[in-house]
Amino acid sequence: MSVAAAITEEVTPYLPRGVRLHHCSVRAGWFLLAPERALKMDAIGVAILNAVDGTRSFGAIVDKLASDFKAPRERVAADAGKFLRDLADRRMVEVKS
Amino acid sequence: MNGVPIPMALLAELTHRCPLKCPYCSNPLELTRRSNELSTAAWIDVFQQAAAMGVLHVHLSGGEPASRRDLEDLTEGARAAGLYTNLITSGVGLTRDRLKALADRGLDHVQLSVQGVDAETADRIGGFKGGFETKMRLAGWVAEEGLPLTVNAVMHRQNLDRLDETIGMAVRRGARRLEVANTQYHGWAYRNRFALMPTPDQVRRGGRIVAEARERLKGEMVIDYVTPDHLGTYPKPCMGGWARIGLCITPRGAVLPCHAAETITTLSFENVADRPLADIWANGPAFTAYRGTDWMPDPCRSCERKTRDWGGCRCQAFAWTGDAGQTDPVCSKSDRHADVRAAAVAEAQAGADAFDYRTF
Repeated sequence: MSVAAAITEEVTPYLPRGVRLHHCSVRAGWFLLAPERALKMDAIGVAILNAVDGTRSFGAIVDKLASDFKAPRERVAADAGKFLRDLADRRMVEVKS
Repeated sequence: MNGVPIPMALLAELTHRCPLKCPYCSNPLELTRRSNELSTAAWIDVFQQAAAMGVLHVHLSGGEPASRRDLEDLTEGARAAGLYTNLITSGVGLTRDRLKALADRGLDHVQLSVQGVDAETADRIGGFKGGFETKMRLAGWVAEEGLPLTVNAVMHRQNLDRLDETIGMAVRRGARRLEVANTQYHGWAYRNRFALMPTPDQVRRGGRIVAEARERLKGEMVIDYVTPDHLGTYPKPCMGGWARIGLCITPRGAVLPCHAAETITTLSFENVADRPLADIWANGPAFTAYRGTDWMPDPCRSCERKTRDWGGCRCQAFAWTGDAGQTDPVCSKSDRHADVRAAAVAEAQAGADAFDYRTF
Protein backbone atom coordinates (compact mmCIF):
# COMPACT_ATOMS: atom_id res chain seq x y z
CA MET A 1 0.00 0.00 0.00
CA SER A 2 1.38 3.36 -1.04
CA VAL A 3 -0.32 5.40 1.62
CA ALA A 4 0.75 9.01 1.23
CA ALA A 5 4.03 7.80 -0.27
CA ALA A 6 6.03 10.70 -1.60
CA ILE A 7 7.00 10.80 -5.27
CA THR A 8 10.77 10.82 -4.82
CA GLU A 9 13.41 10.41 -7.54
CA GLU A 10 13.99 6.76 -6.57
CA VAL A 11 10.45 5.37 -6.59
CA THR A 12 8.82 3.86 -9.66
CA PRO A 13 5.28 5.09 -10.30
CA TYR A 14 2.86 2.89 -12.19
CA LEU A 15 -0.78 2.70 -13.17
CA PRO A 16 -2.46 0.04 -11.03
CA ARG A 17 -4.79 -2.49 -12.60
CA GLY A 18 -8.11 -0.89 -13.44
CA VAL A 19 -6.55 2.44 -14.39
CA ARG A 20 -5.74 3.03 -18.04
CA LEU A 21 -5.23 5.71 -20.63
CA HIS A 22 -7.90 5.60 -23.31
CA HIS A 23 -8.26 7.52 -26.54
CA CYS A 24 -11.83 8.61 -27.23
CA SER A 25 -12.26 9.14 -30.94
CA VAL A 26 -15.68 10.80 -30.50
CA ARG A 27 -14.17 13.53 -28.32
CA ALA A 28 -10.80 13.37 -30.10
CA GLY A 29 -9.01 13.27 -26.77
CA TRP A 30 -7.30 11.15 -24.13
CA PHE A 31 -8.89 10.08 -20.86
CA LEU A 32 -7.47 8.41 -17.81
CA LEU A 33 -10.10 5.83 -16.92
CA ALA A 34 -10.45 4.52 -13.39
CA PRO A 35 -13.28 3.25 -11.20
CA GLU A 36 -16.11 5.80 -11.55
CA ARG A 37 -13.69 8.35 -12.95
CA ALA A 38 -12.72 9.62 -16.40
CA LEU A 39 -10.17 12.42 -16.31
CA LYS A 40 -9.55 14.34 -19.52
CA MET A 41 -5.81 14.52 -20.16
CA ASP A 42 -4.05 17.35 -21.95
CA ALA A 43 -0.91 16.75 -24.04
CA ILE A 44 1.35 17.19 -21.02
CA GLY A 45 -0.62 14.69 -18.95
CA VAL A 46 -0.47 12.17 -21.79
CA ALA A 47 3.29 12.69 -22.15
CA ILE A 48 3.83 12.11 -18.42
CA LEU A 49 1.63 9.02 -18.34
CA ASN A 50 3.30 7.58 -21.42
CA ALA A 51 6.61 7.90 -19.59
CA VAL A 52 5.10 6.05 -16.61
CA ASP A 53 5.78 2.50 -17.78
CA GLY A 54 6.26 0.72 -14.47
CA THR A 55 10.01 0.33 -14.95
CA ARG A 56 11.28 3.92 -15.07
CA SER A 57 11.96 5.57 -11.73
CA PHE A 58 10.50 9.01 -11.22
CA GLY A 59 14.02 10.42 -11.71
CA ALA A 60 14.28 8.67 -15.09
CA ILE A 61 10.83 9.93 -16.06
CA VAL A 62 11.90 13.49 -15.31
CA ASP A 63 15.11 13.03 -17.31
CA LYS A 64 13.14 11.76 -20.27
CA LEU A 65 10.55 14.53 -20.18
CA ALA A 66 13.16 17.25 -19.68
CA SER A 67 15.04 15.95 -22.68
CA ASP A 68 11.95 15.37 -24.89
CA PHE A 69 10.57 18.84 -24.18
CA LYS A 70 13.92 20.62 -23.76
CA ALA A 71 12.66 22.00 -20.47
CA PRO A 72 14.50 22.80 -17.21
CA ARG A 73 14.78 19.65 -15.10
CA GLU A 74 13.66 21.26 -11.81
CA ARG A 75 10.56 22.64 -13.46
CA VAL A 76 9.65 19.25 -14.97
CA ALA A 77 10.29 17.51 -11.64
CA ALA A 78 7.97 19.92 -9.83
CA ASP A 79 5.16 19.73 -12.41
CA ALA A 80 5.29 15.98 -13.02
CA GLY A 81 5.66 15.36 -9.28
CA LYS A 82 2.54 17.35 -8.48
CA PHE A 83 0.61 15.69 -11.31
CA LEU A 84 1.48 12.19 -10.10
CA ARG A 85 1.01 13.11 -6.44
CA ASP A 86 -2.57 14.28 -7.17
CA LEU A 87 -3.31 11.03 -9.00
CA ALA A 88 -1.74 8.99 -6.18
CA ASP A 89 -4.02 10.74 -3.67
CA ARG A 90 -6.94 9.47 -5.76
CA ARG A 91 -5.43 6.00 -6.04
CA MET A 92 -5.06 6.34 -9.79
CA VAL A 93 -1.26 6.05 -9.59
CA GLU A 94 0.76 3.89 -7.22
CA VAL A 95 4.48 3.72 -6.54
CA LYS A 96 6.93 0.92 -5.81
CA SER A 97 10.45 1.31 -4.50
CA MET B 1 -26.47 17.32 -33.90
CA ASN B 2 -25.71 20.58 -32.12
CA GLY B 3 -26.40 20.90 -28.45
CA VAL B 4 -26.64 17.17 -27.76
CA PRO B 5 -24.11 16.23 -25.10
CA ILE B 6 -21.83 13.22 -25.46
CA PRO B 7 -22.73 10.61 -22.83
CA MET B 8 -20.06 9.32 -20.46
CA ALA B 9 -21.66 6.33 -18.78
CA LEU B 10 -24.10 3.54 -19.47
CA LEU B 11 -25.86 1.67 -16.69
CA ALA B 12 -26.68 -1.73 -18.18
CA GLU B 13 -29.25 -3.49 -16.02
CA LEU B 14 -28.65 -6.95 -17.43
CA THR B 15 -31.31 -8.66 -15.35
CA HIS B 16 -33.68 -8.04 -12.48
CA ARG B 17 -33.05 -11.52 -11.07
CA CYS B 18 -31.23 -11.39 -7.75
CA PRO B 19 -30.93 -13.73 -4.78
CA LEU B 20 -31.05 -10.78 -2.39
CA LYS B 21 -34.22 -8.91 -1.43
CA CYS B 22 -32.88 -5.53 -0.26
CA PRO B 23 -35.81 -3.36 0.78
CA TYR B 24 -34.27 -0.30 -0.94
CA CYS B 25 -33.55 -2.00 -4.26
CA SER B 26 -33.28 0.54 -7.08
CA ASN B 27 -35.09 -1.74 -9.51
CA PRO B 28 -38.71 -0.85 -10.26
CA LEU B 29 -41.60 -2.33 -8.26
CA GLU B 30 -42.63 -4.16 -11.41
CA LEU B 31 -39.70 -6.42 -12.28
CA THR B 32 -38.85 -7.87 -15.68
CA ARG B 33 -38.75 -11.65 -15.90
CA ARG B 34 -35.97 -13.69 -17.45
CA SER B 35 -37.97 -14.52 -20.60
CA ASN B 36 -38.13 -10.81 -21.48
CA GLU B 37 -34.43 -10.07 -21.02
CA LEU B 38 -32.28 -8.89 -23.95
CA SER B 39 -30.13 -11.59 -25.56
CA THR B 40 -26.35 -11.74 -25.40
CA ALA B 41 -26.08 -10.46 -28.97
CA ALA B 42 -28.50 -7.59 -28.32
CA TRP B 43 -26.47 -6.42 -25.32
CA ILE B 44 -23.18 -6.60 -27.19
CA ASP B 45 -24.72 -4.56 -30.00
CA VAL B 46 -25.81 -1.99 -27.40
CA PHE B 47 -22.25 -1.81 -26.03
CA GLN B 48 -20.87 -1.18 -29.49
CA GLN B 49 -23.43 1.54 -30.16
CA ALA B 50 -22.70 3.15 -26.80
CA ALA B 51 -18.95 3.19 -27.41
CA ALA B 52 -19.52 4.77 -30.83
CA MET B 53 -21.55 7.52 -29.12
CA GLY B 54 -18.63 8.32 -26.81
CA VAL B 55 -19.66 6.37 -23.71
CA LEU B 56 -16.53 5.56 -21.67
CA HIS B 57 -17.81 3.50 -18.73
CA VAL B 58 -20.31 0.67 -18.72
CA HIS B 59 -21.71 -0.46 -15.40
CA LEU B 60 -22.83 -4.08 -15.64
CA SER B 61 -25.57 -4.17 -13.08
CA GLY B 62 -28.91 -5.76 -12.25
CA GLY B 63 -30.47 -7.29 -10.21
CA GLU B 64 -27.49 -9.50 -9.76
CA PRO B 65 -25.57 -9.56 -13.06
CA ALA B 66 -24.02 -12.93 -12.16
CA SER B 67 -27.52 -14.38 -12.48
CA ARG B 68 -26.85 -14.21 -16.22
CA ARG B 69 -24.79 -17.17 -17.36
CA ASP B 70 -23.44 -15.11 -20.27
CA LEU B 71 -21.90 -12.46 -17.99
CA GLU B 72 -18.40 -13.49 -19.09
CA ASP B 73 -19.36 -13.06 -22.79
CA LEU B 74 -21.02 -9.72 -22.07
CA THR B 75 -17.96 -8.48 -20.20
CA GLU B 76 -15.67 -9.46 -23.04
CA GLY B 77 -18.04 -7.84 -25.56
CA ALA B 78 -18.15 -4.59 -23.61
CA ARG B 79 -14.39 -4.46 -23.23
CA ALA B 80 -13.88 -5.30 -26.91
CA ALA B 81 -16.21 -2.41 -27.79
CA GLY B 82 -13.74 -0.16 -25.98
CA LEU B 83 -15.63 0.40 -22.74
CA TYR B 84 -14.30 0.50 -19.19
CA THR B 85 -16.19 -2.37 -17.58
CA ASN B 86 -17.45 -2.13 -14.03
CA LEU B 87 -19.28 -5.05 -12.44
CA ILE B 88 -21.85 -3.99 -9.85
CA THR B 89 -22.51 -7.12 -7.84
CA SER B 90 -23.94 -8.46 -4.60
CA GLY B 91 -21.21 -11.08 -4.77
CA VAL B 92 -23.74 -13.90 -4.71
CA GLY B 93 -23.46 -16.23 -7.70
CA LEU B 94 -19.81 -15.57 -8.41
CA THR B 95 -17.41 -18.44 -7.83
CA ARG B 96 -13.61 -18.16 -7.69
CA ASP B 97 -13.48 -19.54 -11.25
CA ARG B 98 -16.09 -17.17 -12.60
CA LEU B 99 -14.31 -14.16 -11.13
CA LYS B 100 -11.04 -15.29 -12.68
CA ALA B 101 -12.76 -15.77 -16.04
CA LEU B 102 -14.22 -12.25 -15.82
CA ALA B 103 -10.82 -10.80 -14.99
CA ASP B 104 -9.20 -12.72 -17.84
CA ARG B 105 -11.83 -11.49 -20.28
CA GLY B 106 -11.23 -7.85 -19.50
CA LEU B 107 -13.20 -6.83 -16.44
CA ASP B 108 -11.74 -3.54 -15.15
CA HIS B 109 -13.34 -3.08 -11.75
CA VAL B 110 -15.62 -4.71 -9.19
CA GLN B 111 -18.14 -2.83 -7.10
CA LEU B 112 -19.42 -4.95 -4.24
CA SER B 113 -22.53 -4.01 -2.28
CA VAL B 114 -22.57 -4.52 1.47
CA GLN B 115 -25.68 -4.30 3.62
CA GLY B 116 -24.02 -4.23 7.02
CA VAL B 117 -20.81 -4.89 8.93
CA ASP B 118 -21.78 -8.22 10.48
CA ALA B 119 -23.56 -11.28 9.18
CA GLU B 120 -26.64 -10.90 11.35
CA THR B 121 -27.37 -7.31 10.33
CA ALA B 122 -26.31 -7.65 6.71
CA ASP B 123 -28.23 -10.86 6.06
CA ARG B 124 -31.38 -9.48 7.66
CA ILE B 125 -31.26 -6.30 5.54
CA GLY B 126 -30.42 -8.20 2.34
CA GLY B 127 -32.99 -10.89 3.12
CA PHE B 128 -30.44 -13.58 2.25
CA LYS B 129 -28.78 -15.90 4.74
CA GLY B 130 -25.07 -16.40 4.14
CA GLY B 131 -24.83 -13.29 1.97
CA PHE B 132 -22.36 -11.48 4.22
CA GLU B 133 -19.94 -14.37 4.30
CA THR B 134 -20.16 -14.76 0.50
CA LYS B 135 -19.39 -11.07 0.02
CA MET B 136 -16.36 -11.13 2.27
CA ARG B 137 -15.05 -14.17 0.42
CA LEU B 138 -15.52 -12.40 -2.93
CA ALA B 139 -13.64 -9.33 -1.66
CA GLY B 140 -10.69 -11.63 -0.96
CA TRP B 141 -10.81 -13.13 -4.44
CA VAL B 142 -10.96 -9.67 -6.03
CA ALA B 143 -7.81 -8.75 -4.11
CA GLU B 144 -6.12 -12.00 -5.22
CA GLU B 145 -6.92 -11.18 -8.86
CA GLY B 146 -5.46 -7.70 -8.36
CA LEU B 147 -8.69 -6.07 -9.52
CA PRO B 148 -9.66 -2.74 -7.99
CA LEU B 149 -12.51 -3.02 -5.50
CA THR B 150 -15.14 -0.47 -4.59
CA VAL B 151 -17.37 -1.20 -1.62
CA ASN B 152 -20.84 0.25 -1.98
CA ALA B 153 -22.62 0.67 1.31
CA VAL B 154 -26.22 1.81 1.12
CA MET B 155 -26.95 3.63 4.35
CA HIS B 156 -30.20 4.19 6.21
CA ARG B 157 -31.52 4.46 9.74
CA GLN B 158 -30.78 0.83 10.56
CA ASN B 159 -27.06 0.93 9.73
CA LEU B 160 -25.97 4.57 9.65
CA ASP B 161 -24.83 4.46 13.29
CA ARG B 162 -22.21 1.93 12.24
CA LEU B 163 -20.66 4.05 9.49
CA ASP B 164 -17.30 4.12 11.28
CA GLU B 165 -17.18 0.31 11.27
CA THR B 166 -18.32 0.24 7.63
CA ILE B 167 -15.39 2.45 6.64
CA GLY B 168 -13.04 0.25 8.68
CA MET B 169 -14.34 -2.89 6.99
CA ALA B 170 -13.82 -1.40 3.50
CA VAL B 171 -10.22 -0.51 4.40
CA ARG B 172 -9.54 -4.01 5.77
CA ARG B 173 -10.95 -5.58 2.61
CA GLY B 174 -8.50 -3.54 0.55
CA ALA B 175 -11.07 -1.35 -1.20
CA ARG B 176 -9.63 1.49 -3.28
CA ARG B 177 -12.99 3.25 -3.08
CA LEU B 178 -15.95 3.32 -0.76
CA GLU B 179 -19.31 4.66 -1.80
CA VAL B 180 -21.36 5.74 1.16
CA ALA B 181 -24.70 5.94 -0.61
CA ASN B 182 -27.60 7.22 1.40
CA THR B 183 -30.78 5.51 0.27
CA GLN B 184 -32.68 7.25 -2.51
CA TYR B 185 -36.35 7.09 -1.76
CA HIS B 186 -37.92 5.83 -4.99
CA GLY B 187 -39.65 2.53 -5.71
CA TRP B 188 -38.86 -0.12 -3.11
CA ALA B 189 -37.09 2.33 -0.83
CA TYR B 190 -40.08 4.64 -0.87
CA ARG B 191 -42.28 1.71 0.05
CA ASN B 192 -39.94 1.02 2.99
CA ARG B 193 -39.30 4.62 3.99
CA PHE B 194 -40.66 4.24 7.52
CA ALA B 195 -38.08 1.55 8.20
CA LEU B 196 -35.20 3.30 6.42
CA MET B 197 -35.36 7.08 6.76
CA PRO B 198 -32.46 8.30 8.91
CA THR B 199 -32.87 10.93 11.60
CA PRO B 200 -31.37 14.38 10.98
CA ASP B 201 -28.91 13.67 13.81
CA GLN B 202 -27.70 10.47 12.20
CA VAL B 203 -27.17 12.28 8.90
CA ARG B 204 -25.18 15.10 10.49
CA ARG B 205 -22.98 12.63 12.35
CA GLY B 206 -22.49 10.61 9.17
CA GLY B 207 -21.30 13.68 7.28
CA ARG B 208 -18.73 14.44 9.98
CA ILE B 209 -17.47 10.84 10.04
CA VAL B 210 -16.98 10.85 6.26
CA ALA B 211 -15.17 14.20 6.28
CA GLU B 212 -12.77 12.98 8.97
CA ALA B 213 -12.18 9.62 7.27
CA ARG B 214 -11.50 11.22 3.89
CA GLU B 215 -8.69 13.26 5.39
CA ARG B 216 -7.27 10.33 7.36
CA LEU B 217 -7.41 7.89 4.42
CA LYS B 218 -6.10 10.17 1.69
CA GLY B 219 -4.06 8.09 -0.77
CA GLU B 220 -5.39 4.86 0.73
CA MET B 221 -9.11 4.85 0.05
CA VAL B 222 -11.32 7.33 -1.79
CA ILE B 223 -14.73 7.92 -0.21
CA ASP B 224 -17.66 9.10 -2.28
CA TYR B 225 -20.56 10.33 -0.24
CA VAL B 226 -24.08 11.05 -1.43
CA THR B 227 -25.88 13.31 1.03
CA PRO B 228 -29.51 12.47 1.68
CA ASP B 229 -31.20 15.33 -0.12
CA HIS B 230 -34.40 15.25 1.94
CA LEU B 231 -32.48 17.00 4.67
CA GLY B 232 -30.39 19.31 2.50
CA THR B 233 -30.90 22.87 1.29
CA TYR B 234 -30.44 22.28 -2.42
CA PRO B 235 -31.12 19.23 -4.57
CA LYS B 236 -28.33 17.00 -5.82
CA PRO B 237 -27.45 17.30 -9.51
CA CYS B 238 -29.30 14.07 -10.19
CA MET B 239 -27.52 12.03 -12.90
CA GLY B 240 -25.32 15.10 -13.43
CA GLY B 241 -28.30 16.60 -15.25
CA TRP B 242 -31.11 14.84 -17.09
CA ALA B 243 -29.91 13.30 -20.38
CA ARG B 244 -26.56 15.02 -20.06
CA ILE B 245 -23.98 12.47 -18.86
CA GLY B 246 -25.50 9.06 -18.51
CA LEU B 247 -28.21 6.68 -19.59
CA CYS B 248 -29.68 3.43 -18.35
CA ILE B 249 -30.95 0.41 -20.26
CA THR B 250 -33.36 -1.96 -18.52
CA PRO B 251 -33.25 -5.77 -18.82
CA ARG B 252 -35.86 -5.68 -21.59
CA GLY B 253 -34.08 -2.92 -23.52
CA ALA B 254 -35.97 0.24 -22.53
CA VAL B 255 -33.68 3.27 -22.63
CA LEU B 256 -34.01 5.60 -19.64
CA PRO B 257 -32.38 8.91 -18.72
CA CYS B 258 -32.12 7.62 -15.12
CA HIS B 259 -32.72 4.20 -13.57
CA ALA B 260 -35.79 5.45 -11.69
CA ALA B 261 -37.29 7.32 -14.66
CA GLU B 262 -40.05 4.75 -15.19
CA THR B 263 -41.69 6.09 -12.01
CA ILE B 264 -42.58 9.12 -14.15
CA THR B 265 -45.67 7.61 -15.71
CA THR B 266 -46.27 10.57 -18.02
CA LEU B 267 -43.11 9.70 -20.01
CA SER B 268 -42.77 6.88 -22.51
CA PHE B 269 -39.51 5.10 -23.16
CA GLU B 270 -38.16 3.70 -26.37
CA ASN B 271 -36.47 0.33 -26.79
CA VAL B 272 -33.10 -0.51 -28.31
CA ALA B 273 -34.90 -3.04 -30.50
CA ASP B 274 -36.81 -0.25 -32.27
CA ARG B 275 -34.42 2.63 -32.79
CA PRO B 276 -30.65 3.25 -32.79
CA LEU B 277 -29.37 4.15 -29.34
CA ALA B 278 -27.77 7.41 -30.53
CA ASP B 279 -31.10 8.51 -31.98
CA ILE B 280 -32.95 7.72 -28.75
CA TRP B 281 -30.33 9.64 -26.76
CA ALA B 282 -30.44 12.67 -29.09
CA ASN B 283 -34.12 12.84 -29.99
CA GLY B 284 -36.12 10.44 -27.84
CA PRO B 285 -39.00 12.31 -26.17
CA ALA B 286 -38.03 11.06 -22.69
CA PHE B 287 -34.53 12.47 -23.19
CA THR B 288 -35.45 15.82 -24.70
CA ALA B 289 -38.21 16.45 -22.13
CA TYR B 290 -35.90 17.72 -19.38
CA ARG B 291 -32.51 18.09 -21.04
CA GLY B 292 -30.72 21.38 -20.44
CA THR B 293 -32.52 24.31 -18.82
CA ASP B 294 -35.27 25.36 -21.28
CA TRP B 295 -37.91 23.23 -19.57
CA MET B 296 -37.38 24.84 -16.19
CA PRO B 297 -40.08 26.80 -14.41
CA ASP B 298 -39.28 29.36 -11.76
CA PRO B 299 -37.69 29.32 -9.21
CA CYS B 300 -35.25 27.15 -11.23
CA ARG B 301 -35.28 29.29 -14.39
CA SER B 302 -33.90 32.37 -12.64
CA CYS B 303 -31.73 30.42 -10.17
CA GLU B 304 -27.96 30.95 -10.30
CA ARG B 305 -27.51 27.27 -9.47
CA LYS B 306 -29.45 25.97 -12.46
CA THR B 307 -26.41 24.67 -14.34
CA ARG B 308 -24.92 23.29 -11.12
CA ASP B 309 -27.74 21.11 -9.87
CA TRP B 310 -29.71 20.99 -13.15
CA GLY B 311 -33.01 21.28 -11.31
CA GLY B 312 -32.38 18.19 -9.20
CA CYS B 313 -34.45 15.04 -9.48
CA ARG B 314 -37.35 14.79 -11.95
CA CYS B 315 -38.62 11.61 -10.34
CA GLN B 316 -38.94 13.30 -6.99
CA ALA B 317 -40.73 16.27 -8.55
CA PHE B 318 -43.20 13.89 -10.16
CA ALA B 319 -43.71 11.87 -6.97
CA TRP B 320 -44.57 14.97 -4.95
CA THR B 321 -46.40 17.15 -7.45
CA GLY B 322 -47.58 14.86 -10.24
CA ASP B 323 -45.58 17.00 -12.68
CA ALA B 324 -41.98 16.03 -13.43
CA GLY B 325 -41.39 19.55 -14.80
CA GLN B 326 -41.78 21.15 -11.37
CA THR B 327 -38.95 22.27 -9.11
CA ASP B 328 -37.46 19.38 -7.14
CA PRO B 329 -39.36 19.57 -3.83
CA VAL B 330 -36.20 18.92 -1.79
CA CYS B 331 -34.94 22.36 -2.85
CA SER B 332 -35.38 25.04 -0.18
CA LYS B 333 -36.80 27.29 -2.93
CA SER B 334 -39.65 24.87 -3.64
CA ASP B 335 -42.99 25.56 -1.99
CA ARG B 336 -43.15 21.85 -1.13
CA HIS B 337 -39.79 21.85 0.67
CA ALA B 338 -41.28 22.08 4.17
CA ASP B 339 -43.66 19.19 3.43
CA VAL B 340 -40.83 16.96 2.22
CA ARG B 341 -38.69 17.69 5.23
CA ALA B 342 -41.56 17.21 7.68
CA ALA B 343 -42.41 13.87 6.07
CA ALA B 344 -38.77 12.72 6.30
CA VAL B 345 -38.55 13.67 9.96
CA ALA B 346 -41.84 11.91 10.73
CA GLU B 347 -40.73 8.79 8.86
CA ALA B 348 -37.44 8.74 10.75
CA GLN B 349 -39.31 8.88 14.06
CA ALA B 350 -41.75 6.16 13.06
CA GLY B 351 -39.51 3.52 14.57
CA ALA B 352 -40.84 0.73 12.35
CA ASP B 353 -38.01 -1.70 11.65
CA ALA B 354 -39.77 -4.41 9.63
CA PHE B 355 -39.14 -4.52 5.87
CA ASP B 356 -41.37 -5.16 2.92
CA TYR B 357 -38.71 -7.05 0.96
CA ARG B 358 -38.21 -6.78 -2.78
CA THR B 359 -39.81 -9.72 -4.60
CA PHE B 360 -41.05 -10.57 -8.09
